[in-house]
Amino acid sequence: MALVLILLPIVMAALAAAIPSNRWRPRLLPVTALVHLATTVAVLAGRGPAIAVDYLVLDPPGRIVLLQISVLFALCSFYAVGYLRYREEQSNRVFCACLLAFLGVASLVTWAHHLGLMWVAIEASTLVTAPLIYFNRTQRSIEATWKYLLVGSVGIALALLGTFFLAYSALHAGLDSGLTLEGLLEHAPRLSKPWLRAAFVLLLVGYGTKMGLAPMHTWKPDAYGEAPGVVGAMLAGGVTSCAFLALLRVWHICHAAGEDAYTSQLLLFMGLFSIAVAGVFMVGQRDFKRMLAYSSVEHMGVLVVGLGIGPAALPGTLLHVLTNGLTKGVLFLSAGNIHRAYDSKSTDVVRGAMRRLPLSGTLFLAGFFAITGSPPFGPFVSEFAILNGAFDSGRFLTGAMFLFFLLVVFIGMGTTVLKVVQGRAPEQVLGTAYRDGLLTGAPIVVLMLLVLMLGLYIPPPLTALLDDAARFLEQRP
Amino acid sequence: MANLLDSLLVIVLVMNLFALGTSRIQALIRIVGAQGALLGIILLLVHEHRTLPVVLVAAAGVAIKGIVIPAIMMRALRQAEIKREVEPLISPLSSIVLGATATAFAVLSAGQLPLVDQNEGALFVPTSIATVLVGFILLTTRFKALTQVVGYLVLENGIFIFGMLLIEAMPMVVEMGVLLDLVVGIFVISIIVNHINQAFSSLDTRRLVSLKE
Repeated sequence: MALVLILLPIVMAALAAAIPSNRWRPRLLPVTALVHLATTVAVLAGRGPAIAVDYLVLDPPGRIVLLQISVLFALCSFYAVGYLRYREEQSNRVFCACLLAFLGVASLVTWAHHLGLMWVAIEASTLVTAPLIYFNRTQRSIEATWKYLLVGSVGIALALLGTFFLAYSALHAGLDSGLTLEGLLEHAPRLSKPWLRAAFVLLLVGYGTKMGLAPMHTWKPDAYGEAPGVVGAMLAGGVTSCAFLALLRVWHICHAAGEDAYTSQLLLFMGLFSIAVAGVFMVGQRDFKRMLAYSSVEHMGVLVVGLGIGPAALPGTLLHVLTNGLTKGVLFLSAGNIHRAYDSKSTDVVRGAMRRLPLSGTLFLAGFFAITGSPPFGPFVSEFAILNGAFDSGRFLTGAMFLFFLLVVFIGMGTTVLKVVQGRAPEQVLGTAYRDGLLTGAPIVVLMLLVLMLGLYIPPPLTALLDDAARFLEQRP
Repeated sequence: MANLLDSLLVIVLVMNLFALGTSRIQALIRIVGAQGALLGIILLLVHEHRTLPVVLVAAAGVAIKGIVIPAIMMRALRQAEIKREVEPLISPLSSIVLGATATAFAVLSAGQLPLVDQNEGALFVPTSIATVLVGFILLTTRFKALTQVVGYLVLENGIFIFGMLLIEAMPMVVEMGVLLDLVVGIFVISIIVNHINQAFSSLDTRRLVSLKE
């Protein structure tokens, strides 16, 4: 099963690179995505081993991220077919191959139970997504790709150093555990504390760069702003989820080692700082795709705050991985449609999207309400659960700051979004060719319905999955 | 053996300072390539038991860090038709002074770290920290895209030195994965560098300023 999930997309990527027809190639995306989704559901339903080889184990947190990425990718793959039809003049060979390869390496991240292997997979996810940002071949997209590659590579190099420090903390304690998650968890209380703490800082900075936590978020607005909408959705809902999973694993080891007091300080600071920075840059933001990037910075902050609060907020944090990932899909895909219809992403030109593109405009507005935590959507439930966790564990100041910053974000993001959707569209954009179609519309509707469903009703298997994951992460040896 | 290893690690440190002192990009790429190859040789000498994984990783390290990556970068350099780093943020001489300070700091601070007995007194940890710091100096004070990539490679070399203490803890799959990621990374970066050169007629990353708030 693991081999299907990891290797099939990579084989399909090679196939995509070999197919000469620009028209047929994109169809590999939905085919691969549906097989991947079906396999994922089968594994999650227990119809297949969750252990492949020594280093490949699908544990409960891995299941959640795998499910989220597989669902998001499946819907994005249909959208991508529609999108690439509008861009037929340009070769999509690299685009399709890299998108498929990303699905493979993301699956590897969720299965990897060796911290070194997980690092390799996350670095690979940086490399396969870089050409996607460069799809438009403009000066601005080169600049964005360069920043993404350089900042991302340096960050991830620090994460490698942190991984080595973690291995050294085991070596120093005279343990023969290597870097497998099982070994490290089992011997966690005996790990050498100074090395473990240093490792945590480096891994937080390293994987935090990949997640886009402030102040390492500088690549994010550029990359998300210049990448096509569907790539933005995969970056904000896929790459960041993988990086968060990596951080979650490191947190798990520190938690098992009894280092909660140390880690939670750092996590709470980074998380609240990220939400605050996102809020500051969102107020008065005129580029609506950059605004979405800051929204992603904000929600990575929310996840890290949830982790910093500790076990009380874990179920909410894990649910937030799902709700944030899917809502980001709605926002980036509808923003991509609006961008195409107006040929601009500045609110100076983009107005009246509800009239020009009734479907995408409405979904963009609904996505905004969802991501800012308005009921009855999914993120409301998960953010509320995180807030509850903060108050339950007596962190009133954290809870209050969290609420205040979310309010700032709501106001800042709301101003920009309302400018985009309301009013009258300028005359010159009424003539552009783009209209909402089935392939570029329906996937967003499905994503939006999923987000709505998570807010109203969480199916029992999913509840069981979340409980399993929370229990798995709380256990100490 | 310990003496030989320490002298080789000192050569690594000296190479760091040479890298900081040169403004010719071609020389810079050669120095970093030589440093990478040297690290592969050191890896062979560190372990008394030269098991197959150790030999393979060392051979791959020499081939990739010493030959493949310098070749990719030289190609990018030829296509870009530039020769030297003009006007770095700080002069080569001040960079050397800064690098020497960083090295001294690394040696002093490594003395404070709790180390496994067999690593006590050896130069591995200080060399690793110093090389990482020098990588950061190169990354932040140089503006040519290719020089920044060299900075990243020096940083990676520093991490590789630390990894030598742990070769038993890392399965070969992972070591090879790290090296493969590095090659592919440099390959992708070189392509982007080439595109930067075509689109901006320069490799000066200070021109990449159209995206900001």
